Amino acid sequence: MANGSGRPLSPHLQVYKLPLTAVMSITHRITGVGLAVGTLLLVWWLVAAAAGPQAFARAQGFIGSFFGLLLMFGWSAALYYHLCNGIRHLVWDAGKSFELTDADRNNKVVLVATAVLTVLTWIVGLAVW
Amino acid sequence: MASNSKTLRSPLQVARGLGSAKHGTEHWWSQRLTAIALVPLTVWFVFGVIGHLGADHAGFVAWMKSPFSAVMMILTAVVTFHHAQSGLQVVIEDYVHAEWQKMALIIGVKFLSFALAAACVLAVVKIFIGA
Repeated sequence: MANGSGRPLSPHLQVYKLPLTAVMSITHRITGVGLAVGTLLLVWWLVAAAAGPQAFARAQGFIGSFFGLLLMFGWSAALYYHLCNGIRHLVWDAGKSFELTDADRNNKVVLVATAVLTVLTWIVGLAVW
Repeated sequence: MASNSKTLRSPLQVARGLGSAKHGTEHWWSQRLTAIALVPLTVWFVFGVIGHLGADHAGFVAWMKSPFSAVMMILTAVVTFHHAQSGLQVVIEDYVHAEWQKMALIIGVKFLSFALAAACVLAVVKIFIGA
C-alpha cells in the first residue's frame, strides 16, 4: 500500500471515474434525503384532511397541478429507487451478492425495476384519476 | 495482530467492538428493522394513494375511517419518520464535521421528524374518531 500503513486506500474522487455501482450508491443516499424532504407533502396532505374539506381541496389542488405532478413524479421515482436499492442493501446485509458479476447484474435489476414500477404506477394512476 | 493488515479497524476498536458511534449495532439494526417494515407499508401506501387520487374530502375521510387503513397510515408515517431521521443522522455525521454544527443539525432533524410524525398521527386519529 502506498501510504505504508498496510491499510486500504480510498479512491481520489476528483480524478477517479466512478463505476455505476458507486453512482448508484450515492444515488441511494440522495434519494433518501429527497424522500425525507418530500414527506412534508404527506404531512400537509394528512393534516389538511384533518382540518376540513377546504384545506383538503387546496392540498389536492396543489398535488394535481403541473408543479405538484412533477414533484410527485420525482418523488415516486425516488421512492421506487430507494425501495429497490434498499432491498439490495438488505441482501448485502444478509452477506450475499458481493461478487462483481452480481453487483453488475443487480445494478441493472434495480434500474429496470425502478423504471418499470414508476411508469406502471403512473399509467395506472392516470387511468384511475 | 497479523490478521489486522487488511482491516480498517485498529486493534483497540476490535477489542471494544462498539464502532465509531460508540453504540454498537443498535442504530444500524433499527435502520434495517424500519427498512424491512417500510417495504410492505410503502406498497400499501402507493396502492392507497392511487386508489384515492382526486378523491374529495368525504372519500378520503371514508378511507381513514377504516381501522385497518388508519393503523396502516399511522404506521407508515411513524416508521417513515423514524427511518428518515436515522438515515439523515448518518448523512449529517458523514458530511458535517464541526461538532456543534453536527449536534445542532442532528437534534434539529430528530425533533422535527418526531414532531411531524406526531402531527400525522393526530391527523389520522382526528379523522378516525370524526372530531
